[in-house]
Amino acid sequence: MSKQDISLIFEDSRPGRRALRFQEVDNKWLGEIPAGLRRGHPPELPEVTELEIARHFTRLSQRNFNIDANFYPLGSCTMKYNPKVLERAARKKEFISLHPLTVPSVVQGCLRIYAETEECLKQICGMDAFSLQPAAGAQGELTGVKICRAYFESRGENRKKIIIPDTAHGTNPASAALTGYQVIEAKSDKHGILNPERLKQVMDKDVALIMITNPNTLGLFEEHILEISRIAHEAGALVYMDGANMNALLGIARPGDMGVDMLHLNLHKTFGSPHGSGGPGSGPLGVKNFLKDYLPVPVVTKKGDDYVFDWGLKHSIGRVHSFYGNFLVILRAFVWLKMVGSDGLRQISEAAIVNANYLKAKVRELLEVPYDSQCMHEFVASAVSLKQFGVRTLDIAKRLLDFGIHPPTIYFPLIVHEALMIEPTESESPETLDEFVSCLRQIISEAHNSPEVLTGSPHNMPVGRVDETYAARNPVLRWTSKS
Amino acid sequence: MIGHTDEERAKMLAEIGVSSFEELIQNVPESIRLPRISGFSSLTEQEICSYLTELENLNRKASDSICFLGAGAYDHYIPAVVDEICSRSEFVTAYTPYQAEASQGILQALFEFQTVVCELLGMEVANASLYDGASSLAEAVLLAARHTHRKKILISSTVHPLWREVVRTYLIGSGVELTEIPANEGVVDKNRIQELLTDSYAAVALQSPNFFGCLEDWSEVSSIVHNAGALFIAITNPLASGILKSPGDWGADIAVCEGQPLGIPLSFGGPYLGILAVKQELMRQIPGRIVGMTKDVNGKRAFTLTLQTREQHIRRARATSNICMSQTLMALSALVYLCAVGKKGIHEVGMMNIERSHTARDRICAVDGWKAMFSQPFFNEFVVRCPGDPLKLAEYLSTRGIIGGLPLASYYSEPEYKNGVLFCATEKNTAANIDKLVSTLRECT
Repeated sequence: MSKQDISLIFEDSRPGRRALRFQEVDNKWLGEIPAGLRRGHPPELPEVTELEIARHFTRLSQRNFNIDANFYPLGSCTMKYNPKVLERAARKKEFISLHPLTVPSVVQGCLRIYAETEECLKQICGMDAFSLQPAAGAQGELTGVKICRAYFESRGENRKKIIIPDTAHGTNPASAALTGYQVIEAKSDKHGILNPERLKQVMDKDVALIMITNPNTLGLFEEHILEISRIAHEAGALVYMDGANMNALLGIARPGDMGVDMLHLNLHKTFGSPHGSGGPGSGPLGVKNFLKDYLPVPVVTKKGDDYVFDWGLKHSIGRVHSFYGNFLVILRAFVWLKMVGSDGLRQISEAAIVNANYLKAKVRELLEVPYDSQCMHEFVASAVSLKQFGVRTLDIAKRLLDFGIHPPTIYFPLIVHEALMIEPTESESPETLDEFVSCLRQIISEAHNSPEVLTGSPHNMPVGRVDETYAARNPVLRWTSKS
Repeated sequence: MIGHTDEERAKMLAEIGVSSFEELIQNVPESIRLPRISGFSSLTEQEICSYLTELENLNRKASDSICFLGAGAYDHYIPAVVDEICSRSEFVTAYTPYQAEASQGILQALFEFQTVVCELLGMEVANASLYDGASSLAEAVLLAARHTHRKKILISSTVHPLWREVVRTYLIGSGVELTEIPANEGVVDKNRIQELLTDSYAAVALQSPNFFGCLEDWSEVSSIVHNAGALFIAITNPLASGILKSPGDWGADIAVCEGQPLGIPLSFGGPYLGILAVKQELMRQIPGRIVGMTKDVNGKRAFTLTLQTREQHIRRARATSNICMSQTLMALSALVYLCAVGKKGIHEVGMMNIERSHTARDRICAVDGWKAMFSQPFFNEFVVRCPGDPLKLAEYLSTRGIIGGLPLASYYSEPEYKNGVLFCATEKNTAANIDKLVSTLRECT
């Protein structure tokens, strides 16, 4: 990556420079807007040519690690390759030019994509209905917790607690708290999974929901899941599954068969849609029949030969999106699902599991793997053994950048010290995995012999190690002509 | 899509030390292991493209139509440079920029995005995007409740009805309640704000241009709201920023927008762009990602995600929001769009919207039986009274290559709105488009 400085686009601005021009309009039209509502000074947008825009943003793009250029084993993020045909589909005029409030009879293609995607997801998960409205996993989860609240309210019950294991993603407790629930943390056992006996100790009639991630963030299948669901259901609670790690289960096991009442999926993780540097995503919520009427409206149904929006769900919690969710992300997942096919799904998950276990077998020769049973699609290593050399997980992560590899997720889950959470996905070849191991081997040898190479890394990036503490203590969150 | 062959897989299994794949999933209880799922067969890339063509054909009538529909999603011209930049795989296939050194490009772009958002809205701090306008409003409401420790919100009934529905959903279980301020002649009734507001309210949320397209005069609103110790949440259309007073000009504490008009295609409703910006004192209450400018170890300018102690991955149950991934690529689109349009262009595109929408309104009102519902000033949307059944009108127009004419009765039950139809005209609606709309309205009335 080039280390050449790139100015801010505002610093390139020169009065009078233009990129786009618009047709001229007679100034008399401004008279339609009363003076008291008009703006005094125009917003200070950059004044640049189109070449300056093209060059600026092309150079910025070249300062990003990305799937097409780099191995990206970021745990729980499922950074698989995104086939290009998905992008081509999402650029078609027949999809991108459609207004969401168009009368449904002339946008049957879109409604059919919704209906068929939902059908595929139902079969994969063993759930009875899906809402494709949530715009991301966290929003799907929030939708699920709201449904939980509405469900118990409609039964005249006022349950106050949600149980969440200590390995959970932070979004789980945040969604619970936003809906007024008290979060009860359930500690995982020495094998890294949830133990039914411990669960019984915290389960009571005041618990509305247990939120589990399966496989969990250690990459382990919650093998007591059936017992966990039984305990929850006997206490009258519902079972929610965070489907962030669904890439391990396609065609292998269905959440619906595990006693799960609700789950969300991340279409941008498991189902081939790219992450877009942090969105857009899509987080469909699936439910069992008894919760179907609580889903956000509208849902797509078939009436005769036509697909229609149904607004009539009896207990619907309402909408969570301005319209129907991130349609173009759903479209990409639809294309991916149709290409993989129901028979191909299992091969995807099998390959993801084989890749993860292969990598684990190699990494455990170099680093401790604290919960070392057969993993699913990811595993967690610990760099605690390198602390004696003054080297931390963060240093390994930054040094990996010098080798063109995006680091694993670090310092998560919280129950593993100096954690590196590694998810290779099904897309990667054995050579890429071996290359990762050989880089890691070199890094560990550097930790022993010249730790300053690690603590001073990265060396080959456009900037050296970024001072995050300074950023938080002296927040500069926008450019001004003085900055 | 799979990185190894069957032969390679056999070798890998051997290196793992298992004799079959099944050994790797022994922790999955036997009783729930699936033999296989069936139901939809696998298509080749070529086959899926043919199938997509079939589906595209089902949409073609709509995609070939001209659009006079707004109501929260707007048909604007998108410069080629926006698509070309934003479809670069370096941006498309990256994750959230957790590793700052390997993500300086998108981090700098998001810092620039935050800057243009602050410029447009006259605010001091913006985040790096939320899902859409509706959820941004919900986050703004929750922010106000958190900041003021109050549990009631006043919201204008002229705020987009679908957004108000989303806010209600977000408030389930939060203990925060909404009270609606009635409208008068298509705008919020300012007298009622004063009457309704007490010191138990956290915020007053208003929209201009509002759902009816009307511009609202918010003089004195901020002092009324602030005197009650509440926050002023202002919703606006960012594309009108070259013409209209900004939320900051009106004294708003929180500004909320749907960013879709800024270079993001209609896409049947998403992905769009949630924009949220605040005054400095609310900085640590803001939800979502924020990028800060800092330095690297050598003192060189650098960018990073910052103020992360607000966020769910650190603060968990005490986070300012549960949001994780948002709409980064859409924020990039908006930034590139605003750079392409520039300081002069944002005024010019606004002027074109005013010219086209006012021309369209005047021409429609010259057709027998049609008249304007409100006399308020507007930007690019307006309500007219339709002489016939508004629901049938939209269906009829769609058969004649026109998308438009949203029946207000679908969103407002009051009898006064019964014949109301909402139209929008942007810079894309040429004089020929307007001719076609007007002659089609003549045919059906």
